[in-house]
Amino acid sequence: MNAKFKSNLEVAGIYLIFGIMTVIIVYPIIWAIGMSLNSSTSFYSSSIIPENWSLVHYKWLFTDPHSDYLSWYKNSMIVSGATAVFSVVMTSLVAYAFSRYNFVGKKSGLYTFLILQMFPAMMAMVALYILLNLVGLLDSLTGLILIYVGGQIPFNAWLVKGYLDTIPRELDEAARIDGAGHFTVFLRVIMPLAKPILAVVALFNFMNPLFDFLLPSIVLQSSENYTLALGLFNFINDQFSNNFTRFAAGAILIAAPVAVLYLFLQRYLISGLTAGGTKG
Amino acid sequence: MSKHDNSSHHVQGKKHNPNIATILSIIFAGLGQLYNRRYLKGTILILLEVAFLITCADFINLGLWGISTLGTLAGVDHSIFLLVYGLISLILLVFVVIFYVLNVKDARKQAKLIAQGWQPPSIRESMKIAYDKSFVYLLTIPGFILLIFSVLLPLLFAVSLAFTNYDLYNSPPKNLLDWVGFENFAKLITAPLWKDTFVSVFAWTIIWTLVATTFQIVLGLFLALLANDPRVKFKKAIRTILILPWAVPGFVSILIFAAMFNNEFGTINRDIIIPLFGGDGIPWLSDPFYTRIVLILIQTWLGYPFVFALFSGVLQSVSKDWYEAAEVDGATRWQKFKNITLPHVLFATAPLLIIQYTTNFNNFNVIYLFNEGGPAVQGQNAGGTDILISWVYKLTFETNNYSMAAAISLIIGILISIFAILQFRRTSSFKQEGKI
Repeated sequence: MNAKFKSNLEVAGIYLIFGIMTVIIVYPIIWAIGMSLNSSTSFYSSSIIPENWSLVHYKWLFTDPHSDYLSWYKNSMIVSGATAVFSVVMTSLVAYAFSRYNFVGKKSGLYTFLILQMFPAMMAMVALYILLNLVGLLDSLTGLILIYVGGQIPFNAWLVKGYLDTIPRELDEAARIDGAGHFTVFLRVIMPLAKPILAVVALFNFMNPLFDFLLPSIVLQSSENYTLALGLFNFINDQFSNNFTRFAAGAILIAAPVAVLYLFLQRYLISGLTAGGTKG
Repeated sequence: MSKHDNSSHHVQGKKHNPNIATILSIIFAGLGQLYNRRYLKGTILILLEVAFLITCADFINLGLWGISTLGTLAGVDHSIFLLVYGLISLILLVFVVIFYVLNVKDARKQAKLIAQGWQPPSIRESMKIAYDKSFVYLLTIPGFILLIFSVLLPLLFAVSLAFTNYDLYNSPPKNLLDWVGFENFAKLITAPLWKDTFVSVFAWTIIWTLVATTFQIVLGLFLALLANDPRVKFKKAIRTILILPWAVPGFVSILIFAAMFNNEFGTINRDIIIPLFGGDGIPWLSDPFYTRIVLILIQTWLGYPFVFALFSGVLQSVSKDWYEAAEVDGATRWQKFKNITLPHVLFATAPLLIIQYTTNFNNFNVIYLFNEGGPAVQGQNAGGTDILISWVYKLTFETNNYSMAAAISLIIGILISIFAILQFRRTSSFKQEGKI
């Protein structure tokens, strides 16, 4: 057995492993697509490759008066979009302060963030439910957005601060000497340089509400206010076997664009994470 | 040099007594500043304190009474409202104290400077200085206020609830709540039903966290090493496929898996297990043992792509020279991996890997969406695959046992923060403190 043969055998083994992984990865996805195209609503009769292809479930989602799918889609986009925008604004302001200024409570503020970022919002879910009820924001998208934006500050402020720390201070000082005020330095010098990490923050905070199930399930109660995750879960939770095909159709309509976006952006995601994250 | 130039101010400064400024500003915020002839600042501070006394004094009074008694008249006093008012009052008080201390310090410092002959800047200049100094607060205050109401207040509230007796049968406005001290925690350790559930849920949470996270890291690393092999072609396509599970929204994948593993009509039993092995299929969702195994496999499926992508990036940054040097020394492949690759990769990604563990510790989505923490187990009030966080969810929203839920949340919080502090004390960002 010479070295060449051994090497070829190894490469074959590697491809075999990738082949097995591909089957494991793709099988659930193909299965779900098959389901969504199956014309019957029942599970029992369906096989992976449907006998009668049809788009009847997709049509149902958009046209049937019982379907709230479009409003879920709209709600999800509102919540995700607003969370992303406000998160970037809030986080960049806070991170800029922590990166460039000295002020009372800076160190304790950083420690507080560090500990708070470890507590998931769900730890306080009892409280969030009761508090939102108190102020009348239960079952409203506004309440949901407020919690998302507030909850992301600790983690992302660290991430962005870590990134801003790597931008040379000489740049701000040069701008100051040229007569730039605080806001000018922030908007014209720091923000353009921080674009990569801000894009990461925006993307995270767009995706997180889109995928989150727990918080919407606490805050939102009426079906027309549901976000996609909550709506689709209730789809199959109510009458599992009846609605799974509809669920599959609805899920694919959200999974496909998100997956494409992710595959495009994953390189930036990783570099953003390692830039801010590995530094702690 | 200024001593000679400003001799008149120097004389005036002699009479200026920092102690008077201190005492005045303790009596009422702003008086010390007026004494220091900082009229604008003094007036603003006085106005702030007057406004605060008019608007908040009654509220704080009510809040403090509320939080200490939780109400005295059942049906009239609403314990939950009182508790929230109390917490808001406490937060307000903390800020008032900080504000007051700063006010006194400011008055004293300036009085001392004046006594040494320092001349206060003109109003225009001091407004510029004030803007410079307070700009940082303009930046942070919106974020902080939001943080207080969306994170801090809920957390404090949850912590408080852990020490009350708030459940379905004892709930306002019909009943009053009471402070019960550590009774809820004692119940977790002594009451048989609670104790059994707590122990088994806790044990499974730990196993789940360690096994599922380690699996996803090992698989991610393994695949990254394979994909990084120079002999492998079509790297881009392979990477794209391997990252797919990350790109599909998690809740969608989990719900699809839930259907695939369904005992009766799931494809796993119908199309794979029964044709291959015969029998009636495996009770994936009704036997805790199988459900746990499936959950760990699903989490591995969901979680490895992130680790894979991370490692792929880092692996490309390992210098080729090191491997060549190692080859010259006759190192085996395993030695190269153990001594060059692994340390490099782990060092670069350690914080993110640790976050993977803490995320899985609270990974509600997988547990709840797959089988709602089930199947049910005899003699317990949690399901067979419930982790702490999903147990809390059930206690809150299914049985309305708010106090116990809060007590368990608090235990989760303490565990996580101990872990966090141990880990992050050593990270470098803290060492960069105070460079400006």
